[in-house]
Amino acid sequence: MTELNFPLAILAELTHRCPLQCPYCSNPLALEASSAELSTGQWKAVIKEAAELGVLQIHFSGGEPTARRDLEDLVAASAAEGLYTNLITAGVLLSKERLAALAEAGLDHLQLSFQDSEAAGCDRIGNYKGGFEKKLDCARWVKEIGLPLTLNMVVHRQNLEHLEEMLALAEKLEAQRVEIAHVQYYGWAYLNRASLMPTRAQLERATEIVEAARARLKGVMVIDYVVPDYYARRPKSCMGGWGRQFLNISPAGKVLPCHAAESITSLTFDRVTDRSLRDIWENSEAFKAYRGTDWMPEPCRSCERKEIDWGGCRCQAFALTGEAGNVDPACGKSPVHEAMQALATAESAKDETAFHYRTRKAGEAAAEKVPEPLA
Amino acid sequence: MTERTTITEDSVPGLPVGVKLRFDKQRDQWVILAPERLFVLDSIALEIVKRCDGKASVGEIVNDLAGTFEAPRDVILKDVGALLQDLADKRILAA
Ligand code: SF4
Ligand code: SF4
Repeated sequence: MTELNFPLAILAELTHRCPLQCPYCSNPLALEASSAELSTGQWKAVIKEAAELGVLQIHFSGGEPTARRDLEDLVAASAAEGLYTNLITAGVLLSKERLAALAEAGLDHLQLSFQDSEAAGCDRIGNYKGGFEKKLDCARWVKEIGLPLTLNMVVHRQNLEHLEEMLALAEKLEAQRVEIAHVQYYGWAYLNRASLMPTRAQLERATEIVEAARARLKGVMVIDYVVPDYYARRPKSCMGGWGRQFLNISPAGKVLPCHAAESITSLTFDRVTDRSLRDIWENSEAFKAYRGTDWMPEPCRSCERKEIDWGGCRCQAFALTGEAGNVDPACGKSPVHEAMQALATAESAKDETAFHYRTRKAGEAAAEKVPEPLA
Repeated sequence: MTERTTITEDSVPGLPVGVKLRFDKQRDQWVILAPERLFVLDSIALEIVKRCDGKASVGEIVNDLAGTFEAPRDVILKDVGALLQDLADKRILAA
């Protein structure tokens, strides 16, 4: 049995509502209705329980968490428990007054997403007119109020040409930190893969740009960089291993081992309204299914890296092979690894630019459009 | 535009907004909480960081540590300087 520590951080997805419709959104295709969301009281109970179990950081996310009017309350409740509070937002619903109220409530840090370095791309990718300007306002207010700022930028074939400008934007807005994350292909991103997949040349260029910027901006801006899996030889250690370091609570209170876990339709997830967090963490079937190394088939079972990458990403294994317990195809030892790389190369060469935008209706209709597994 | 902070004996280090030093009672350890980051402090790092109160200079902190731990000042200065520069580069220390 692996040693079980309760996570240090949790991700609280307060709602799936969002004014933007990013084609790589990490929410599941089946978006929760607002009527299914946990109440303020239920969230407060979760926060209290999490703090008692040893959580130190809470990330408020969504959807767009500021779409919940009780966000200030939840930030205050978290701060009262001594939690470090972080808000992950698209920024378009925030006013300066609301930001000040959140800071007053005890918000420690804010992460603001940009879909591109300029208005045309940003507003097209998020399918939200005027979004870019609102984000600039938001970033300015965050600095005026004195909150630390991180910019989040998800990169893919249709915006990677602007990577240098994106970093320059982060610098200009005086972000302490910027997160450049290549799209991870499950859920909405899997559906939109042919329009998003970067070319290998783009990827190599991006890595060079990030390395140069890191050297140039040492001590000024921290750059976190998440590389894509499709061109990799070894998978990432997703979430530090399934059910080992991280948990995510969905708007309806489902407790998930990672934010994309609902894409694994063969699993069912327990809710905070039915069982205690500790009980779910320790004993629920979904968490136990891929925790540790006992569940692993070959080639992972006899691999020396099994406690380094924990067999990679379950969501990716499920999306690409139809079976979440298979080795992640990002691994060179996966029987479908070559097929996955061939697919990435082929898709990256397409001139497809249209998106299936993230809407509840599109999510319901998406079932037939999702690309087939490889094997 | 922000510039890189260089730590010298005259720097006055402190934790910036958004960075917190906290005792984690469930795990019996001291941690620094920062955006998307969490650093567990060993006992030496804790002694140093505790003294970064935005008032004392690096030189004063080193004097204090040299007295408390009866260790040579130049050795302590080197360790303290290296640790604080590293933290400043990670943007979890201001000076
Ligand atoms: S990824 Fe885009 S659509 Fe999804 S929650 Fe974030 S801003 Fe909204
Ligand atoms: S075989 Fe499994 S454990 Fe080994 S590197 Fe590949 S995914 Fe990781």
